[in-house]
Amino acid sequence: MMADTKNKKEKSPVVLFVAEEKEPLFSKKNRKLLSDPLNDNNPITVQVLGICSALAITVQLKPSIVMAIAVMVVMAASNVIVSLIRNLIPNRIRIIVQLVIVAALVILVNEVLKAYAYDVSKELSVFVGLIITNCIVMGRLEAFALGNGPWKSFLDGIGNAAGYGLILVIVAFFRELLGSGKLLGFEVLGHKGATVAESTGLYAMGYENNGLMLLSPAALLVVGVIIWIQRSRNRELIEKN
Amino acid sequence: MEYVNLFVRSIFIENMIFAYFLGMCSYLAVSKTVKTAVGLGAAVIFVLAITVPINFLLDNYLLKPGALTWLSPEYANIDLSFLSFIMFIAVIASMVQLVEMIVEKFAPALYGALGIFLPLIAVNCAILGGSLFMQQKDFGGVSEAFTYGLGSGIGWFLAILAIASIREKITYSNVPAPLRGLGITFIITGLMALGFMSFMGIKL
Amino acid sequence: MNRDSNAYTFIFAGIMVVIVASALAFAATSLQPIQAKNIKIEKMQNILATIGIEASKEEAEETYHKYIKEEIALDNNGEVKTDVKAFDVDLAKELKKDVEKQRFPLYVADVEGKKFYVIPLRGAGLWDAIWGYVSLEDDINTVKGAVFDHKGETPGLGAEITQVWFQQRFEEEKIFDESGDFVGITVQKGYSGGSNKDDNAVDAISGATITGDGVTKMIHDRLEFYLSYLKKQNTKVALK
Repeated sequence: MMADTKNKKEKSPVVLFVAEEKEPLFSKKNRKLLSDPLNDNNPITVQVLGICSALAITVQLKPSIVMAIAVMVVMAASNVIVSLIRNLIPNRIRIIVQLVIVAALVILVNEVLKAYAYDVSKELSVFVGLIITNCIVMGRLEAFALGNGPWKSFLDGIGNAAGYGLILVIVAFFRELLGSGKLLGFEVLGHKGATVAESTGLYAMGYENNGLMLLSPAALLVVGVIIWIQRSRNRELIEKN
Repeated sequence: MEYVNLFVRSIFIENMIFAYFLGMCSYLAVSKTVKTAVGLGAAVIFVLAITVPINFLLDNYLLKPGALTWLSPEYANIDLSFLSFIMFIAVIASMVQLVEMIVEKFAPALYGALGIFLPLIAVNCAILGGSLFMQQKDFGGVSEAFTYGLGSGIGWFLAILAIASIREKITYSNVPAPLRGLGITFIITGLMALGFMSFMGIKL
Repeated sequence: MNRDSNAYTFIFAGIMVVIVASALAFAATSLQPIQAKNIKIEKMQNILATIGIEASKEEAEETYHKYIKEEIALDNNGEVKTDVKAFDVDLAKELKKDVEKQRFPLYVADVEGKKFYVIPLRGAGLWDAIWGYVSLEDDINTVKGAVFDHKGETPGLGAEITQVWFQQRFEEEKIFDESGDFVGITVQKGYSGGSNKDDNAVDAISGATITGDGVTKMIHDRLEFYLSYLKKQNTKVALK
């Protein structure tokens, strides 16, 4: 993810605005904007935002990765746009303006997916549209982009989307591996034939896929376990009751 | 009979929370006590039952390919469906605002109970999800869309009511510290969703 | 200008709507041809798959025109109708019409001298619509191949109908029973026929009974409309 952002940095027009802020591009504070959401301030497991549209598509790794990228594009772009016009937006219709900007970006993403990644867009179906109401997008616009400059907002958007995508990818990794014995469609655990004799790899030893992992409740259980592990390692995050 | 079937399906089988995880953010945030859960749940039923039929009309008479033929047959080739996300969300946001104003004016007591939850609802995925699923399902008429909206809302209400009751009780249990709060709620929801899967395949 | 005044709010909203609407309209119209092409190519790939021909996205269109010789639209009595283009018929929309007004597309393929009939299918699974294509050999009895797809069947159970191993079970199955009556192909739970190709049944996916029944019904109900036309095409085969 870090390498990804560095590439974007060079191309991004946002660099223009950095001079005003008189702060190195990747100052400690700015780096924190990127790294915090990945762990201690993860949007899903700590801020409890943006779970809605995410979990139903984590049966396989590929749609999850596409979803993570789509959210990242929408978040980074909407954060930058809102931050640029933050002093122009009339306060009374603030929420509607934000919704319109996010919705327009999501439509663009959806149209591009339909044109250039048709298979994946079929799998994601309505869940691309649901990025609009993904609380994490609106939440960061309200909490961050309205009060900060474009470059910082951009980093905040990338960071939060990466934290969100990280959880999606972890959940999808386990669900696809344990549920269908594949990763990105490749049969990593060997080929499952009609009988044990026809199988290869683990299946030849009598291994079976765990069908539960393919059902939707499995996503919730996996997230629950991720939270458990994260909070066991970082005890400050534990809730009081 | 078809309506009963659709109604039951949308409440139990295609439950917004347990089958699609829609509206999870507010589901997790507002389910600490039964009283607030009931308030938010009622508001969701209300808004879903209003917005799904409205968006159905919008989709069928404005957005779908060929939807504009009622204006003039020349418009048969116009396809505005790329605007559906933005139209749906605009309808939802403005309906929420309108409902809030009406309730405040004519039913202050209800406003006291629902009021603070209404603004939250515009960004509840379950509401937009309801409209998007409606668009996919290709309903035959506005009454079917209404049944679907109402059913989905009630399903959401039941889900948040159930989890809130469990969370009120679970404070007396000895949950492992790192799982307390969010973690255990996820796992309980997962188990409840497993239970709801047994409704699958039921047809009336 | 005061940011909270009515006039400012209206002007702002107006400008925003114009910008957003024109940007979206531009994007949608410029991407539309590519999207339409994707849908068309997928359909062609599916039709080709039922007659055992794999075609990559790039080659799909060329291969399709090489093998598919005829696209015919029938009415419910098996008469050829020319008022619609068969390839453009959308079964989802057709099924909502009265049966007299429906059109039934049929694709005739010629692969190295062998003739195949490809019939599109559509029906209901457990959750939502299922659809696919089935192809018959020249004897109007033996299935050459079948492909299925679905909108929202349960992953790992009903959704497995899209898998090759399930679709392969249909190959060489017969749609008429021994006495020559049309029965279609039954997706049977607890099937014990092994690789018997003459019993008009295939093994179901365990745990996906309702989806399987949907496939059975879809094949039976759709093929029925084509029989009278197909029988006329092949007089060599004596079918009831």
